[in-house]
Amino acid sequence: MYSPTILIEAMINGLLTGAIYALIALGLTLVYGVLHIINFAHGAILASAMFAVWGLNVLAGIDPYLSILVVTPIFFGLGYGVQRLVIGPAAKGDDGNILLITLGISIFIENALLAGFGSDTRSISSDFSFSVIEAGPFLISSPRLVGFAGSLVVTALLWFIMSRTDAGKAIRAVAKEKLGASLMGIDVGHVYALTFGLGCAALAVAAGLLMPTFYVNPRVGGAFVNIAFTIVVLGGMGSIPGAMIGGLLIGLVESLSGLLLGESLGQIGIFVIFILVLLLKPTGLFGAKA
Amino acid sequence: MLEVKNIRTGYGGVEVLRGIDLSVASGEIVAVLGANGVGKTTLNKALSGLLSLTSGSIIFDGRELAGSPIAAVEAGLIHVPEGRKIFPNMSVHENLELGSYRRGRAGRARNIERVYETFPKLRQRTTQMAGTLSGGEQQMLAIGRGMMAEPKLLILDEPSLGLSPLLVEEMFDLVKRLNGEGLPIMLVEQNVVQSLEIAHRAYIIENGQVTMSGSAAEISGNPELKRAYLGL
Repeated sequence: MYSPTILIEAMINGLLTGAIYALIALGLTLVYGVLHIINFAHGAILASAMFAVWGLNVLAGIDPYLSILVVTPIFFGLGYGVQRLVIGPAAKGDDGNILLITLGISIFIENALLAGFGSDTRSISSDFSFSVIEAGPFLISSPRLVGFAGSLVVTALLWFIMSRTDAGKAIRAVAKEKLGASLMGIDVGHVYALTFGLGCAALAVAAGLLMPTFYVNPRVGGAFVNIAFTIVVLGGMGSIPGAMIGGLLIGLVESLSGLLLGESLGQIGIFVIFILVLLLKPTGLFGAKA
Repeated sequence: MLEVKNIRTGYGGVEVLRGIDLSVASGEIVAVLGANGVGKTTLNKALSGLLSLTSGSIIFDGRELAGSPIAAVEAGLIHVPEGRKIFPNMSVHENLELGSYRRGRAGRARNIERVYETFPKLRQRTTQMAGTLSGGEQQMLAIGRGMMAEPKLLILDEPSLGLSPLLVEEMFDLVKRLNGEGLPIMLVEQNVVQSLEIAHRAYIIENGQVTMSGSAAEISGNPELKRAYLGL
């Protein structure tokens, strides 16, 4: 059996990683909650955000954390534009079409990244990437701690937007009652685009928080999206607190099963949970009934 | 206040409204009556900009309405839809707040207070999710949410639908009371008898056309009424 120190350290690391997973799941669950589709381009958008962070660092020497301030508004704008100008008009009101269009967009982005950057894996390394904080007997990676804090801040911000601002309330209104919302003068097309933009903005923040410790290549998004999808199902489709709690749980499970079963089997725990949730509580922890 | 001139519209190739003329003057309750499927809801959708016209025009408050729900709400033409269409996942209070999303935002706090005075039951339910309200409470909320936009004209689509007879009575009293405060109301109903009791004027619609119109008293006394209403 492992010593409690190692177990606790694995749990801490799991929670820290889980918060970033949660951030990625947040965008997915938000878009699902309002547009009622799984955004297949989620992973590709994350990959392009990570390339953007990497590019700003390599070309302009901008710190990845600082680049969040640049990349996030850009990705919000891109997301808003793509929904308003591409997905919305092409979908013609049919959710099934949106699914196919986001799939098309993901193929397009991944191949554009491949054409532009090749399939090489790249990373940003600085002294900070490897710095650790000693907390009693535990060693905690500083960039992961920053990632954890950043994810919590973004989740809190998003929660505030959704529950306290008119824009956020309009998003929640459109999610459940499109006709009622348009009769209040809420522009449904604008709300869709806003939601998609917020989802992309969350990915941009995640990219900035990930890059100090992670690598990027055009296909990097896939691994994250699989996990994010599990989190969304576990937390309840469309639920913001569900995404956060689900993310932390999945991070914990991944880290512990990695420790107990070996690194290569670490993700088994995640998919066992995925199957169990589908079997026992298909609506997830915080999900509303359909 | 509202002047509808020879409007035609429908879905796909099917024409539902086949040239409708009607008007609502300020201070009036105008009942638009007819059986199921004659085009009442389609008329409402056209008025609130959800459905574009193939011909004809809608003049509201002296100006032609550009066919979008946003334009209708901005002009003060507020439509409380059939089936309430409240936001079930949000609290009563949030539903009311969103009523002033596009119009009446400056008066939000004051208007919420006014809605709670009109509907004391809603005040007891401010934090409750709207989807868990009873049918009658949901209808009150839908009307309250409409009031939040400071309407110049309120369109009520089947407000009595699915309510118990006692609540139906209450609903018609309320419509009368709101009108008494100076609000013009277009009441779209299947409930002919009770609608005619409170309306000033009425239109009977049949097959997408107005087949009868006049003062409520005239219409009530008309032997044709039964025929028109039942669509026989």
